[in-house]
Amino acid sequence: MREVGIVGVGHTKFGTAGVPLVDMLAQAALEALDDAGIKTVAGHGVDQVFVSSMGAGFLNRQHGVASALVDTLNLRPAMAETIENGPASGASAIKLGYMAIASGMCDVVLVVGGELMRLISGWEATDFVATMLHPEAEYNYGLTLPSLAGMFTRLCMEKYGIEEKDLALVSVKNHQNAMHNPGAHIQLVPDLYAITEDEDAIIINPHVAEPLHVYDVCPVSDGAAALVLCSMEVAERFVKKPVKISGIGQATDTHAVAEREVPSDLLAVRLAAQQAYKMAGLTPQDIDVAELHDAFVILEIVESEEVGFFPRGEGHLAVRRGDTKIGGKIPINTSGGLKAKGHPLGATGVSQIVELTRQLRGEADGRQVQGAKNALAINFGGFGNNVVATILTREED
Amino acid sequence: MLVDKLELSLRPAECNMPPYPAKVITLASGEKLVVHQAKREDVPHLLEAVKPLTTVEKDFYDIVASRLYSELLGWYRYRVKDEYCLVGTINGEIAGIVNGRMITEQAGMSYHTIAIRQGLRIGAQLFAAKMEYHLDYLGQEEVWIVAESPNGFKRWMIEYELESRPEQWHELGGVPTYVLTKELWEKHKAAKCAGRRPVPDNLLATAQQMILPSTYPQIKGYMR
Repeated sequence: MREVGIVGVGHTKFGTAGVPLVDMLAQAALEALDDAGIKTVAGHGVDQVFVSSMGAGFLNRQHGVASALVDTLNLRPAMAETIENGPASGASAIKLGYMAIASGMCDVVLVVGGELMRLISGWEATDFVATMLHPEAEYNYGLTLPSLAGMFTRLCMEKYGIEEKDLALVSVKNHQNAMHNPGAHIQLVPDLYAITEDEDAIIINPHVAEPLHVYDVCPVSDGAAALVLCSMEVAERFVKKPVKISGIGQATDTHAVAEREVPSDLLAVRLAAQQAYKMAGLTPQDIDVAELHDAFVILEIVESEEVGFFPRGEGHLAVRRGDTKIGGKIPINTSGGLKAKGHPLGATGVSQIVELTRQLRGEADGRQVQGAKNALAINFGGFGNNVVATILTREED
Repeated sequence: MLVDKLELSLRPAECNMPPYPAKVITLASGEKLVVHQAKREDVPHLLEAVKPLTTVEKDFYDIVASRLYSELLGWYRYRVKDEYCLVGTINGEIAGIVNGRMITEQAGMSYHTIAIRQGLRIGAQLFAAKMEYHLDYLGQEEVWIVAESPNGFKRWMIEYELESRPEQWHELGGVPTYVLTKELWEKHKAAKCAGRRPVPDNLLATAQQMILPSTYPQIKGYMR
């Protein structure tokens, strides 16, 4: 297999886009192409475009988004496909881009992820996302992702002694990181006391799905992110030194969460990470920075254990110690994470890799993890029934 | 203004409205939002806070700000009956404004809610304060409400489960009218309406300064 690197990154400001879906995707794509030094004219050299979107057909009444984007970008006659794998669509699109290049079929692939979600109400967005759940065992009973996350959180609290304040600590950390990321949706830092103990806390930070509060849950965001992938064999064509995709793993789990042997575990996260470590020839101790899928902050804690950063049941203790802050033992979600940067479903997996690429290039202004060499991303589909792990490595000169 | 007989005949007869007692709310940022009632003589100053937003198309700030401007001016110049205005300040700086008026002893009319500071649910808290004024302090039975932006619709019509009453004409035009009844208010108040009273004297004194915002997140590069 050929080695694959990242030579271009692009990212819109997450939040409310105010432009049509394909225009938003094009903004991120053009930034990535610019970053790589690719001109969108004849001879551009882009062989394939993958677009990740979970809900363009449902939310925006638009299908065939990749075909539309290729034309908008003047990248014809590049091959084009739209990829849907729930909230893990972004990492799946990157994986397919990797496969296309590693196989020798393509030299250069553009991966663009995006979602335009704020045209509908929060309730409608929650219902749309809930359509990923098991139709008979979960969705038909009114279950949603926040309600599953609430039950999951309660289970973990009872089992491991996690407290509501631990969840708030993760949230505050990620909001602090987002203040240094101009692409992040939420640009404010909640005050720990105000959202947990103040008399007004129950109103300004109400329960969404007990015990989860507003500040424990990601916002509904529009946004897009893009990457230019290339074979390391042709990397010298581009402006930036490539960041290598050194490991990819993916695993699935039961569709209905209640059917899992240990419902408080995230088995697919563990298996995907193990595969990625094996492919990269690395261990959890080699990772310098990570983007973990914190659609609900409890997920950051449990994922940090499942990927091997901390022993099972001790992730919240690491949060209390400050191990996951920038400057700590293993900084997590330096971008602000889904919690504060936002979670435009199809964009998320790509956005995570944009952040990690910037970290490994030393371009993460204000939130840089000094000397970062290896980075891990977890992109989490469904309620952990389809998870993609990706490892990036900065190669020495 | 010279108040002659003709002018007096143009002015509405006004009812005696009990005052809205100021309150303080701790926001998620830890900052204190003080909500207090503005006086008629405050209006020229408040207009200066609203004016820059009258040209911001995004999220319908232009229509909300323009209408709020004219409503406040109408109150100041005695052309609207029984209007009131509540102002939210943080460290004395104006963070949001709401207004409305009494139609009858039983019914109130919500006019506008404008949040200058964003992301802290200031608009939601000021709207709740406005409803509190109508239903708990003016003792009315219901408040008529319309939304001019999708955000307003999500916050008021959906979150408060407002009663749809399209046959009822609201003064803001032909857009559909929704109603917050006393019963709906009692159902949602505990989850929507924050704040404590009395406001400490020093906080209230600072709030009453009503400092004009030096920047507006809605207007890139704006500096007063």
